[in-house]
Amino acid sequence: MGDIVGGLVFLVFALLTVFSAFMVVSSKNIIHSALFLALSFVGVASLYVLMDADFLAAVQILVYGGAVAIMVVFGVMLTLRAGKVQESNPDSRNAVFGAIAALLTFVTFALVLFSNENWRVLADQSGMPSTVGDISWLLLTKFMVPFEVAAVLLTIAMIGAIILAKGVEDSK
Amino acid sequence: MHASFQWAWLIPLMPLLSFLIIAFVTKKWPRLSSTISIICILTSFVLAVWIGYGVLTTGDQLVEKPYQHTLNWLTFNNVPWGLSEGSLNIEFGTLVDPLTAMMLFVVTLVASMVQIYSVGYMHGDKGFSRYFAYQSLFAMSMLGLVLATNFLQLFLFWELVGLCSYLLIGFWFFKVSAREAAKKAFITTRVGDFGLLLGILFLLNKFGTLNFFKLHEMIGPQFNNAVVVGGISYLTLTAFLVFIGPVGKSGQFPLHVWLPDAMEGPTPVSALIHAATMVVAGVFLVARVFFLFKASPATMEFISYLGCFTALFAATIAVAQDDIKRILAYSTLSQLGYMMMALGLGAMTASMFHLMTHAFFKALMFLGAGSVIHALHEKQNIWDMGGLWKKMKITGTTFFIGVLAIAGVPGLSGFFSKDEILTAAYHNNIILYVVASFTAFLTAFYMSRLFFVAFTGDEKPENHPHESPWMMTLPLIILAVLSVVGGYVALPEHGFGYFVRPWGSEYEVEHMNYLVAGISTVLGLSGIGLAYLVYNRKAISADNIVATFPRTYKVLQNKYYVDELYLWIIKNIVDGFGKVLYWFDIYVVDGIINALGFLAKFFGSLFRRAQTGQLQVYAMVIFVSIVIMFLVITFGEQQLSALIPFLGGVK
Amino acid sequence: MSFNLSVGLPHYLLVAAMLFCFGLYGVFSKKNAIAVLMSLELMLNAVNINLVAFNRFLFNKPIDVQGVKHYLLAGHVSAIFVIVVAAAEVAVGLALVITMYRNRLSTNVDELDWLKW
Repeated sequence: MGDIVGGLVFLVFALLTVFSAFMVVSSKNIIHSALFLALSFVGVASLYVLMDADFLAAVQILVYGGAVAIMVVFGVMLTLRAGKVQESNPDSRNAVFGAIAALLTFVTFALVLFSNENWRVLADQSGMPSTVGDISWLLLTKFMVPFEVAAVLLTIAMIGAIILAKGVEDSK
Repeated sequence: MHASFQWAWLIPLMPLLSFLIIAFVTKKWPRLSSTISIICILTSFVLAVWIGYGVLTTGDQLVEKPYQHTLNWLTFNNVPWGLSEGSLNIEFGTLVDPLTAMMLFVVTLVASMVQIYSVGYMHGDKGFSRYFAYQSLFAMSMLGLVLATNFLQLFLFWELVGLCSYLLIGFWFFKVSAREAAKKAFITTRVGDFGLLLGILFLLNKFGTLNFFKLHEMIGPQFNNAVVVGGISYLTLTAFLVFIGPVGKSGQFPLHVWLPDAMEGPTPVSALIHAATMVVAGVFLVARVFFLFKASPATMEFISYLGCFTALFAATIAVAQDDIKRILAYSTLSQLGYMMMALGLGAMTASMFHLMTHAFFKALMFLGAGSVIHALHEKQNIWDMGGLWKKMKITGTTFFIGVLAIAGVPGLSGFFSKDEILTAAYHNNIILYVVASFTAFLTAFYMSRLFFVAFTGDEKPENHPHESPWMMTLPLIILAVLSVVGGYVALPEHGFGYFVRPWGSEYEVEHMNYLVAGISTVLGLSGIGLAYLVYNRKAISADNIVATFPRTYKVLQNKYYVDELYLWIIKNIVDGFGKVLYWFDIYVVDGIINALGFLAKFFGSLFRRAQTGQLQVYAMVIFVSIVIMFLVITFGEQQLSALIPFLGGVK
Repeated sequence: MSFNLSVGLPHYLLVAAMLFCFGLYGVFSKKNAIAVLMSLELMLNAVNINLVAFNRFLFNKPIDVQGVKHYLLAGHVSAIFVIVVAAAEVAVGLALVITMYRNRLSTNVDELDWLKW
């Protein structure tokens, strides 16, 4: 029975995520796209929960569902020109080729996925306990240097983003 | 061996040194440049005299085995051809034997005289320093050529001589005619050099060495002279090819056209080129490799006939010329023909003897002509002259000595040398003897004509001649003395023939053939007498003779239309062929290239569409390519490997 | 029940692949630069799902380190780094888009074609 419940839950959230993602790229209204993006992020977070990744799910909600989604909405707001919201997210001329390329990629992935026998693993019942402790253990031992570098990267990105968005005044 | 021989390399080095000093240091100070140049060439002259003394004291063992002082220049290993044992060595050095010593003496002497003379002649010329630099370079090239131990070294200096003649003939490069003459001389001699180079390659191919003496030892009686094609043996072919070089350099018949035009250069240059250096380089080469020609009787015969023909041919032209330098130039051609004929007849000694005496009296006459031209401010037509003897005593007297010498008046040098050649012809081939004797008569006639028209007769009122400065007359006097006494070295008791003879040959005492000597004396004197009657006494009207044979005169005056013939050939045949090739080049070769270029352009304009500048398209292309590569590598390696050659070939 | 709903690694990977390919389509076909950025986020999320899924299904046995049991959560850590980079990228990317908009009054990616010929 647990299988069926787990399967149904997965199905619901997976469909939610994929549908939201589809709507992100298919909606003609960029604001709808942004909102569906947030929904998709939440769907991914729920998938993390299903994979016992509690910490990552929290981070996903906070960073993606909160910060990134809001930033994107802000970006949309700042660049939107009045009166064209309905047509604010058009496809380019290459849309058909893009679709073909994406489809080809998907077929490739599917081929890899289904032809690889090592990956046919079903869930076992032994779920993981809370992951925060082990993540922190890894981050502070083995991945300490990348961790620090990531901090520096974020700082630099922030400074760069501020400078870019603010614009450089002509010194002369 | 005499101690002087090992210092022979200094002789060409001194003029080279002077050339370098003038070119790089003293170009701005003309007097200093000329002084350096003259000091250097005189040093070479002293060294040459020393070597000559050394040769005289050493005796004839040098004829059996010349002294060679060599450095290794080029080494080629694993040479696939030739008789040598797998490797080819070409050395750079000096070869001293009596022939070399004689040439060194003549060249350095004439070069010194010409350079001293040039100080006066070229006075005030803008290119004074440049002139002496070229003179030094020329002397260096010629001396290097004389001292060469092998064909390659000789060829190097041979080309240098050609280059210097180009520079000197075109010395007044602002004159179009001088430029053209320089180019003509260079290109015409190049035609001959082509044959010489081929001949050298033929020798290299067969013998694997280019050293003269080694070749001499190889081409002995035991040498198997194989027939190559149609009855022509390998050596005949080689000798003939080698001979083409001297034909160009020494102005023999088909390639003689450059020499009269070369008179565009300064007159001392003409003296240098036409008396002692460039033109005798060819004769010298034939004498140097006489063993090669001796091994090929057919070539020898050819040389003798060609030389004889050139002698007559040039002499007849000279009769109808009016330009003082051109008359001398054709006279030079004629005398070179004599030398070649003597070589062809096997009389190498006589040829070299004539080379030496000719160097003296022809240098004398050219310098005399230069003195006249200098005095008359660049007038060269003999009919514009007249009565010069009274105003220019030294020039006139010395010139007259030269005329007598070349005419073969007994007692002067030309008499002895020409007599030896005529004797050789008399003994070998009576036809050649008759033609050569007639040429001797013509020589006496036209040289006397020149003299009587230019130096005697009435003075032209518009001319104000004056005697040249001592720097110009001194060389004239020295050369005049040598023109008189130069012939006596060939008397048996002085032993010119004892020393200068082909390697390994027996010395035979040549006794004077009084019949030949008598006939040539009579012919020479009658030539002078005829000229005297026609041009001095006016007993016979020259105009009447011309009027009787207008065609002949015209043909002679136009040098048998050889230049015109060449021009016609070049204009019609060579140019026509060139046009065909040009057409081919423009429409076929260029067509192919242009088509390729157009194709590239076409594809470029086609593929440039790929560069849309849109990031999305680039991203798409990159991603799809990665996916395709992934598919190929993962799934399709076996099936798709057939496609790999089309995708770039490298797996 | 004949109908097996047991969920395993392939399912997650399939979801991630679909997400990734939607993102890819968006990156290739959207005119609006912000839409392109959103699509990029989708792709990064797909990658994260993969990382976590592999960690969950293939490396889910604890190891013993000095007497303490530890799960090797390298996948999670990598996902965190991806999130970090994605956050930075979004910040810089949006700043770029805003700059572009300010200069050109347009956020259309296909008009950004000066880098040609």
